[in-house]
Amino acid sequence: MKEQQKGMTIIVKTITRLTVGLILLFGIYIVANGHISPGGGFAGGVIIALSFIHIMLAFGKEDAFKKMNQGVASFFESIGAIIFITLANLGIAGGYFFLNFLSKGEPFKLFSSGLIPLYNIAISFKVGAGLFIIVVILMLFKITKEDEKK
Amino acid sequence: MTVYFLCLVLFCIGLYCIVRKRNLIKIIIGIAIMEYSVNLFFILIGYKIGGRAPIHSSDQTILNMVDPLPQALVLTAIVIGLAVTALIAAIAIRVYEKYGTFDITKIRKLKG
Amino acid sequence: MTRILLPLFVVIPLGAAFLNSLIGKRIKGFSDVLSAIATCALACISIYSVFIFKDTGLIVYKVGGWIPPMGIAMVMDGLTVFMLVTVNLVAFLISIYSISYMEKYTEKWIFYCLFLLMVAGMNGVIISGDLFNLYVFLEIAAIASYALVAFGTEHEELEAAFKYAVMGTVASSFILLGIAFLYSVTSTLNMADMSLEIAKGGSPRIIMLVSVFFLMGFGLKSALVPFHAWLPDAHPSAPAPISAMLSGVLIKSLGIYAIARVFFNVLGTSPQVLSALMILGVLSLIIGGCLALGQWDFKRLLAYSSISQIGYVMLGIGLGTPLGIMGGLFHLFNHSIFKSLLFLNSGAVEYATGTRDLQKMGGLREKMPVTSSTSLIGSMSIAGIPPFNGFWSKLIIIAACVQAHHFAYAVWAVLISLLTLAYFMKVQRYAFFGELKERLSHIKECPFFMKFSMISLAVLCLAGGLLLLPGVFDSFLGAASDAVLAGKDYANVVFVAIR
Repeated sequence: MKEQQKGMTIIVKTITRLTVGLILLFGIYIVANGHISPGGGFAGGVIIALSFIHIMLAFGKEDAFKKMNQGVASFFESIGAIIFITLANLGIAGGYFFLNFLSKGEPFKLFSSGLIPLYNIAISFKVGAGLFIIVVILMLFKITKEDEKK
Repeated sequence: MTVYFLCLVLFCIGLYCIVRKRNLIKIIIGIAIMEYSVNLFFILIGYKIGGRAPIHSSDQTILNMVDPLPQALVLTAIVIGLAVTALIAAIAIRVYEKYGTFDITKIRKLKG
Repeated sequence: MTRILLPLFVVIPLGAAFLNSLIGKRIKGFSDVLSAIATCALACISIYSVFIFKDTGLIVYKVGGWIPPMGIAMVMDGLTVFMLVTVNLVAFLISIYSISYMEKYTEKWIFYCLFLLMVAGMNGVIISGDLFNLYVFLEIAAIASYALVAFGTEHEELEAAFKYAVMGTVASSFILLGIAFLYSVTSTLNMADMSLEIAKGGSPRIIMLVSVFFLMGFGLKSALVPFHAWLPDAHPSAPAPISAMLSGVLIKSLGIYAIARVFFNVLGTSPQVLSALMILGVLSLIIGGCLALGQWDFKRLLAYSSISQIGYVMLGIGLGTPLGIMGGLFHLFNHSIFKSLLFLNSGAVEYATGTRDLQKMGGLREKMPVTSSTSLIGSMSIAGIPPFNGFWSKLIIIAACVQAHHFAYAVWAVLISLLTLAYFMKVQRYAFFGELKERLSHIKECPFFMKFSMISLAVLCLAGGLLLLPGVFDSFLGAASDAVLAGKDYANVVFVAIR
């Protein structure tokens, strides 16, 4: 029973320990390549959030909060949005809101298409942190409910 | 034509679920069904037979591609749907905490 | 360089909202100052844009430098300017009011964050020249308002928020379905381009279907009568500043503005659509008014009265004549002023006495002179007593009904106006006049910031009639009704401005 409270079985925990880094890395890859292949800030952000949610499901919320707690997540969420708006506003200097004023570079290279990778990164902060917070909040409700029953 | 009609059927199922079901969670599921049927319809509008994904890549030219605009829009709509569903689910859980039930006929503090 | 103003209407509130969530929770008082500054800036810019519009005419802003209809456009025409002034003026005064009122809630910064997001959504709806962006901003404003209705997290608030959220989502689904159908017909999303494509004819049946979807969707958002069930629950449950915001501007910018824009400028009006709008308007007028009479909860009465007044606006716009549209829009502006004022009054009463039940109040006039006198001005204004703004707009709507030979509607409008007077007399009689109740003898007048916003709104109520003066009329109200009346000509004007 005590084992149950602190997360799932040892199989799940071991697999999680092995895969969670890969999931996070894959999320970062999707974000970084968002402008040259399918994916981008939203999809990558979701995968990044999933890696933290994975830890939370397998080990319980305490272990997950050691890696990323609500305060940090909410900070990243706001920062992501502010970076996005700032980048969009920088375009006004060049004439238009959202103007992509950086050099577009060569197509299909990692460093290309001007501001779009930066937008992707900002969105991934926002989405990753936001989704993590949503799941945490929905889970916290459940936990308080169980406490009341006991 | 049939697929569009099936989308409409799905939409009606969602609407029926919202109107008829008494459980809050089932209502949320109904909302999700309705949203996805609209998204599906939007995607199907942009589809053409034999078309392929509108992704430009370096080593090939695409001749017959589907309309990319609805796909971009549906992505946005899905994100909005996610936000709405999460918010409603959170509210439903809080309602359960307060009232101790998911049955909508028993949640009646407001009148008129 | 004046075109730079357009994105600011979205950027300022969005930026302020996220700064609030970043800094506001760490430093106390920061979020008050920030949101007051942000909304004040918005109000100033929106009033400044009236003058700019007078000089330059319609402005199209190409987001990201992409040329519409390929890129996203922001369009500022007469109607946009009119709505922007309405929304931002009310938002500024309400944000000042919330500084004192929201003290009793914890986590004030969340409130301001959601409030500013809602303002951003409404400004976005108004300024967008693109049907899909209109939908996105509409959803931003709607989601923020669902969360704000549930802000108190008590039994009633949560129940009302759930109901409101479900109804709102159904409405949004209908709107999105309508947009999907329109896209399938026109293969574009820019409203001006769409209007040109529709004008070419072809598939009138689908346009009819889309009209029905939009009427349901936007009708739900603006709480016209068959779709009104959520409003009397949701609006009273929110904190008072938010009730003022929801009733004052949200249902107008999300509902009435969108109906006016989509039906008049994009789809084009037909006699059937206009008569549908008029019937919905008259139904809301009658049913909202009758239901309001029986209420004893102060805020619930105001919410039902909102339905009734929205009916006036819809009736005016549905007439489709120049006088009718002008009257409808004028009543929209006036209603946003006096309904916000009345909701703020109800909030002040609740702040002082802790109750919303009219039967438990009485004699508040002695203890709360400012609240009492401003609410008297608001009540007389909404009931249509001559020097106040409500009189002029109702007079214009009734005159327009007579002019268009809809005598039955005119009679109903007059009768319901009398009914409005009756139920606001009831409010005055039970809440502010009469004997002071024993347990209310220790109450105090509300703090300075709340008085400031209520007095400003009361002054606006008095001064509202001045908008009809010849010099002022043309640049503000006249420009707005011209924009609606332009109808399908909107597309040509926009395309001229793009070049």
